[in-house]
Amino acid sequence: MKSFRKSLVLGSLLIFSMILSACGSATSLNEEPATEQKMEEMEGAKEGTGESMEGMEGMATTDDVPAELDTATTRMTEQGTYQVSITSNLDPVDINQIHSWTLYVETPEGQPVENAKIAVDGGMPQHDHGFPTSPQVTKELGDGEYLVEGVKFNMAGWWEMSFAITANGQSDSITFNIVLQ
Amino acid sequence: MQRITKLKVRLFNLSILLFVMMLGISCAPQRSAPSQQSQDRISPETEASDALWTAAEIATLRSIWIGSLPPLPPDPSNFVGDDPRAASLGQKLYFDTRFSANGEVSCATCHQPDLLFTDGLPRAEAIGTTPRGAPTIVGSAYSPWFFWDGRRDSQWAQALTPLESPIEHGGTRTQYVHVIDEDETYRAEYETIFGPLPDLSDRTRFPEVAGPVEDLEARAAWDAMALEDREAVTRAYVNMGKAIAAYERLVMPGPSRFDRYVQALLEGDEETMQTTLTPDEVAGLRLFIQQGNCIRCHNGPLFTNNGFHNIGVPTTEGLPLDLGRISGVQQVISSEFNCLGSYSDAGPDDCAELRFVKTLGQELPGAFKVPTLRNVAETAPYMHSGQFATLREVLNHYNQAQAGPIGHSELTPLNLSDAELAQLEAFLRSLSGHLATDPEVLAPPQ
Ligand code: HEC
Ligand code: HEC
Ligand SMILES: [Cu+2]
Repeated sequence: MKSFRKSLVLGSLLIFSMILSACGSATSLNEEPATEQKMEEMEGAKEGTGESMEGMEGMATTDDVPAELDTATTRMTEQGTYQVSITSNLDPVDINQIHSWTLYVETPEGQPVENAKIAVDGGMPQHDHGFPTSPQVTKELGDGEYLVEGVKFNMAGWWEMSFAITANGQSDSITFNIVLQ
Repeated sequence: MQRITKLKVRLFNLSILLFVMMLGISCAPQRSAPSQQSQDRISPETEASDALWTAAEIATLRSIWIGSLPPLPPDPSNFVGDDPRAASLGQKLYFDTRFSANGEVSCATCHQPDLLFTDGLPRAEAIGTTPRGAPTIVGSAYSPWFFWDGRRDSQWAQALTPLESPIEHGGTRTQYVHVIDEDETYRAEYETIFGPLPDLSDRTRFPEVAGPVEDLEARAAWDAMALEDREAVTRAYVNMGKAIAAYERLVMPGPSRFDRYVQALLEGDEETMQTTLTPDEVAGLRLFIQQGNCIRCHNGPLFTNNGFHNIGVPTTEGLPLDLGRISGVQQVISSEFNCLGSYSDAGPDDCAELRFVKTLGQELPGAFKVPTLRNVAETAPYMHSGQFATLREVLNHYNQAQAGPIGHSELTPLNLSDAELAQLEAFLRSLSGHLATDPEVLAPPQ
């Protein structure tokens, strides 16, 4: 009977949190990782070449990706507060492999942004589902760089990866488009 | 399998109902997908494929070709995962019915090598009947999650679950460790791989039957044991699981006609292409990767993304509503045998799947693990509780895409014709390639 009551409480808690998060907010129950992550090698994150993500894997899909989709990997946030670059630490990006990305945040003047709080979210707008995992920023790497762990794409097509960034009391967000063909 | 009391299920269902209603009220309508004409056929790599496949399609076909299956990566949570001595011990354990309450049940009761490691039943039968069906274990070593709801995150942790389930093997860990201890071959093999077993001879310290199971007597005996004795038994029990997992890692699918077709395509060998798949099978393949959207979830060389999706499969009459992944994810997080637990050989860096597991979201209620489609024609019935007896029934489900008993189905109706469904089925039947496993591995060792 004790375990029964426990599971009831757990169940209601679960349901409650499901309701809270059902529409795809970035909330996650994951605890902060207990140990420091090994620093990943990163090249070119800061340069922000605006290189396109298209054709990363060269797979065909039935979903037609909008032609005008901006797949640049260096972009201004919505309100123009920050310039952000993303680089995958899995090259080439592939489906079904959990991996990390490096995020670089700078001011429009090119000053690296430190001590930012960053929430990650994303999914496939054409399929109405989120990431199959709960990616998180787990580490500030310094010089405006942040480690995004737990990213996974589980099918080909158009994915969005969004970041809500708050630093020095200023919040702004950005959504990148990633096309896995 | 976990047994849930009826009341509990009913209450849980009520809350789920509430949840689904809230979802309907609060969620924004689905964004409509901007559409655009399909890209024109671009010039393909080879003349042979000219009429048939675009370069992008060829890339897709290559991605599901068995030749794209990478070497099996190590399982960092199992330090003997690739040790042949462990696999050899594991093979013996796998087929040994002494590891059960009645001396009649082994893993092979429900995962029979002759049936491609399934049992041909809608729901598995041993000491009792399980609420779900037995999936194949062929190629499952590639998956980060086990069970239809992914409630375990390694093959060794998975193996320990049926052994202590009252409706499957029905025994206890102390009982099993005694079997190892008292069988000379087992003890010798065990000790060369894992080091000495604890001295289990004192039956007051190590009762015949004791474990954290549902049976009240066995549980009471377990609770009465000293903490370090329980630890010692559990370590040995975990090692049994690790040996079984090392064995399971050897069981891999073989190349099918579909694979020979893709290979011929990649080599530009038109003649072999034509003699390998019929036009109907090729048409079915095209439906699979295009209109049918099957490739969304059944992707990669094992035809599964090993993820969890709600496809609205109906509940079997007489069974409680199955919550699927939303329940499985909580169980794996709290399992003593998960990747981050003290019985795992992995460091936290090796446990990304668990650390970043999705615990919330509309995708999880009613979501089940995507099964492989290799050899699917040989492994009826289908779905998590054997809801469909034939491939045609499966395809009718996809064609209609009716709402499921819980949550939000990811499917939309395909509206394919009868002829197209027959083509899809013909294609699925071309995925049979049996096993790429040494025959000696497929039977109990002599
Ligand atoms: C009573 C029949 C039965 C017995 C005995 C049994 N299993 Fe299973 N097995 C099942 C069922 C049913 C499932 C699915 C259960 C679920 O998802 O809740 C399953 C799931 C699995 C899976 C997960 C496959 C995947 O892709 O997720 C593996 C691996 C597996 N069993 C291996 C074993 C091993 C190893 C043993 C012996 C230690 C064993 N089973 C004993 C019925 C059985
Ligand atoms: C949204 C993801 C998704 C898509 C798209 C999808 N499937 Fe599935 N498929 C699944 C899941 C999940 C299951 C298991 C569901 C369950 O047991 O409740 C499954 C089960 C099956 C099975 C049963 C296999 C078994 O061993 O039980 C077959 C056959 C199958 N799918 C074929 C197809 C075909 C053909 C298509 C395209 C018409 C397709 N699937 C599209 C996710 C998907
Ligand atoms: Cu999708």
